[in-house]
Amino acid sequence: MALHTKNLGELAAGLENGDFTSVEVTQSFLDRIAAHDDKLNALITVTGDDALAAAADADAARAAGNAGVLNGLPLIHKDIFCTRGVKTSCGSKMLDNFVSPYDATIVERMAAAGAVMLGKSNMDEFAMGSSNETSYYGPVRNPWDLERSPGGSSGGSAASVAARLVPAATATDTGGSIRQPAALTNTVGLKPTYGRVSRFGMIAFASSLDQAGTITHTVEDAARLLGVMAGFDERDSTSVNEPVPDYLAEIGKSIKGLRVGVVRQHFDEGLDAECGARVKEAIAVLESLGATAVEVDLPNIDLSVPTYYVVAPAECSSNLSRFDGVRFGHRAENPEDLSDLYCRSRGEGFGDEVKRRILTGTYALSAGYYDAYYLKAQQVRHLIADDFKKAFEDVDVIAGPTTPTPAFKLGDKVDDPITMYLNDIYTVGANLGGFPAMSVPCGFVNDLPIGLHLVGHHFDESALLRCSHAYQQETDWHSACPEAFK
Amino acid sequence: MKAGWEVVIGLEIHTQLATRSKIFSGASTAYGAEPNTQACLVDLGYPGVLPVLNEEVVHMAAMFGLAVNATVAPRSVFARKNYFYPDLPKGYQISQFELPIVEHGELCITDDDGNEKRIGITRAHLEEDAGKSIHEGLDRSSGIDLNRTGTPLLEIVSEPDIRSAKEAIAYMRKIHTIARYLGISDGNMQEGSFRCDANVSVRPTGQEELGTRAEIKNLNSFRFVEKAINFEIERQIDLIEDGGEVVQETRLYDSVKDETRSMRSKEEANDYRYFPDPDLLPVEISPEFIEAVRNELPELPDAKQQRFVDDYDVKQDDAAILTISRAVADYFEAAAGATEANAQLVANWVVGDLSGALNKDGLEIGDSRVAAGELAELLTRIHDNTISGKIAKQVFEAMWAGEGSADTLIEAKGLKQITDSSAIEAVVDKVIEANPGQVTEYKAGKDKLIGFFVGQVMKETKGQANPGQVNQILKTKLSS
Repeated sequence: MALHTKNLGELAAGLENGDFTSVEVTQSFLDRIAAHDDKLNALITVTGDDALAAAADADAARAAGNAGVLNGLPLIHKDIFCTRGVKTSCGSKMLDNFVSPYDATIVERMAAAGAVMLGKSNMDEFAMGSSNETSYYGPVRNPWDLERSPGGSSGGSAASVAARLVPAATATDTGGSIRQPAALTNTVGLKPTYGRVSRFGMIAFASSLDQAGTITHTVEDAARLLGVMAGFDERDSTSVNEPVPDYLAEIGKSIKGLRVGVVRQHFDEGLDAECGARVKEAIAVLESLGATAVEVDLPNIDLSVPTYYVVAPAECSSNLSRFDGVRFGHRAENPEDLSDLYCRSRGEGFGDEVKRRILTGTYALSAGYYDAYYLKAQQVRHLIADDFKKAFEDVDVIAGPTTPTPAFKLGDKVDDPITMYLNDIYTVGANLGGFPAMSVPCGFVNDLPIGLHLVGHHFDESALLRCSHAYQQETDWHSACPEAFK
Repeated sequence: MKAGWEVVIGLEIHTQLATRSKIFSGASTAYGAEPNTQACLVDLGYPGVLPVLNEEVVHMAAMFGLAVNATVAPRSVFARKNYFYPDLPKGYQISQFELPIVEHGELCITDDDGNEKRIGITRAHLEEDAGKSIHEGLDRSSGIDLNRTGTPLLEIVSEPDIRSAKEAIAYMRKIHTIARYLGISDGNMQEGSFRCDANVSVRPTGQEELGTRAEIKNLNSFRFVEKAINFEIERQIDLIEDGGEVVQETRLYDSVKDETRSMRSKEEANDYRYFPDPDLLPVEISPEFIEAVRNELPELPDAKQQRFVDDYDVKQDDAAILTISRAVADYFEAAAGATEANAQLVANWVVGDLSGALNKDGLEIGDSRVAAGELAELLTRIHDNTISGKIAKQVFEAMWAGEGSADTLIEAKGLKQITDSSAIEAVVDKVIEANPGQVTEYKAGKDKLIGFFVGQVMKETKGQANPGQVNQILKTKLSS
């Protein structure tokens, strides 16, 4: 029985029916990782023994009638989430020696619901990157073409799910880090509303933009995981105390009458023509299901990438100050004095992209530049968010492409940060405004997958999930599996 | 100070707020624990942790704001002050910058000439304290103690309205008293719960423009504030008179050498790159909350002092001393309310003998060995003529030593005043008989000798005779 081809929903049903045990499921995915990850480099840490022990516990809990909603289901966490007793590297040499003394809230909640952690996924260093090439542990390869990038920063999570090494993974999204890799690997990537999921225990990149989410095969699986992750956490002041709907019930609802906004600016130059065609076909599918397509205008959306690349580095320059070689993480050997300790610990511990962003952010916050950069960017950010809010007066979701092109070759953009940054052009707006967004597989261009991008109004993940679930009921792009990983 | 010069001083007072847990974490704020035993992951700035505001600090800051007649901001914002230092785990201090919680306050002090003077309070903002770097006793290395990290502070910034070291002390004492009245700080200066930075500049009298200021950091006693400011004033005036220029810089006061020393100049100052902390929501305060805080404000020192003068008829100076701390004021009121004796007598005793005894034993009034009710009992006995004031001092000493209550001691030691006229007359007769020479002199007009006779009678009666009666009987007998 090929357990690795099953998604979370199918595994949950099989476990419930007694078709197989969690230990069997867990072992089967651990075998997949052992057999295939050397081609992908998608995992930084595999916690096989702990996983099998947790699976046995889950089986026992089920036998005792105490099965949580994720009981016995395997998954991996992006290595940005703190996991107690397990290395938490954030893709950086700086934290290569860091074993977290505590669990992130979402790690805790998933475990409490019975999920079994198989390991930690590779990622761009401190989530700064769109190709997974900034990882200290080397780039992740795209299962659809090993010469290509799976996207980033959650490239390890996306590649693992796409190659069926795991049925689901957690991920984080600051400017598109869940949705872009999901689009480039034919997986479902969900970034909830800012504040919907606790950030406690998620190593901060840009605090006002970071949000935890998931990468799965199906929208239904995303809904299943969101139900566990979402909700107020008193340890995160920015998490919001809003009721969490039963997403699995929500997705079953019809999308008849749902108003889908199509952003004019998103189909301008810069978008690969074939990608544009696939996305338009996807929108046509939604219309055939009873949704209405409405053209919407986001007049300031062109400013979202430059705005993002001021706000995010500014926050990161401050967030990463704690990595100073004093209490944890990389510490330079034989420092001559305090300044030498700081300079060399940080100089050795951080990679180029992280340094670039710390420097950019430090500059943007400096006396004399603050008003022109940081303050201005914050003002523009409000304008962009207001554009979305205005659009949501007329539509329920906004649809468009997730990325301008399918997966690019590793090494292609690594020396050209500006081109790399433009990968985020369709996704960063949702982060700047705190809106929930997702990417769902919507076809192939030159045998490479691409994604349909959907953005919803604050705390209305239900509309997003309902729309994308209806789309998946009608299409089967998401079941396509790369040949080498069948 | 030298004539022809005017001094301009502004103070930044750091008041540690008396919360049980830290401003952004649940770790204890208790003083004196083993190093690094009261720092949790949030205080240590571990990857992934987040600050959560302790709501009590908002309440305390609002109380302070209302007590100094300030505006409590309906919306204030926490900001990050970025700089690297080993005792600052996150690489930034969470403080308030553009939008502090309290603005535009004021209070009155008594200036050098005894007049009331208003000192403006620019702002008061909430922030977290840093840890401590320890350099002594370690070989070629420094220790870091992060217990203090995250301790809540209210930084109170005055307007540059202060014109002398004495005024600075008066202002600082007033803030200290208010903070203690409100119960928002223990004000313990030795433990660093109340410390200040002084911005000092001088200018020729009559000049409008401010001189260049120096900031003296971390003064942790009233005495040091006074000495440091006075040293600094003299240093600056000497410098200018010698043709030099004051440079804007941060200076440290060395209490051993009684001098200030340059720590860093303006050029070396950090660019703190303040920006709003994205991990914390703005602090929103409703008018209802402010009203609720206003209603629970205790009576403040100035009002209490005036009430003591008006209601108890206590002398202004004594009322001022009695109201320096709420505990002393409460003690006074409790004692005054429990005795028939005149309130000024109670005030005299609290300000005098009781304070003396407390000082001698290094005790706070809350730990007094004689409770307010017990003192009242003693003073009632003066009032009803059971004992004289002099005997009362003797009784008080015994009470302080824990030998018993006033009545028990008076009874046991037989200290009851002799008010029986025939008994006093007998002693007077005896004294007159024993001192014929003095009697002759007295009768010849040396009135002052009455004191001698009183003394003799008191000696005979071991001080227990009622002095008024003794006087009267002596005068009658000597003039017969």
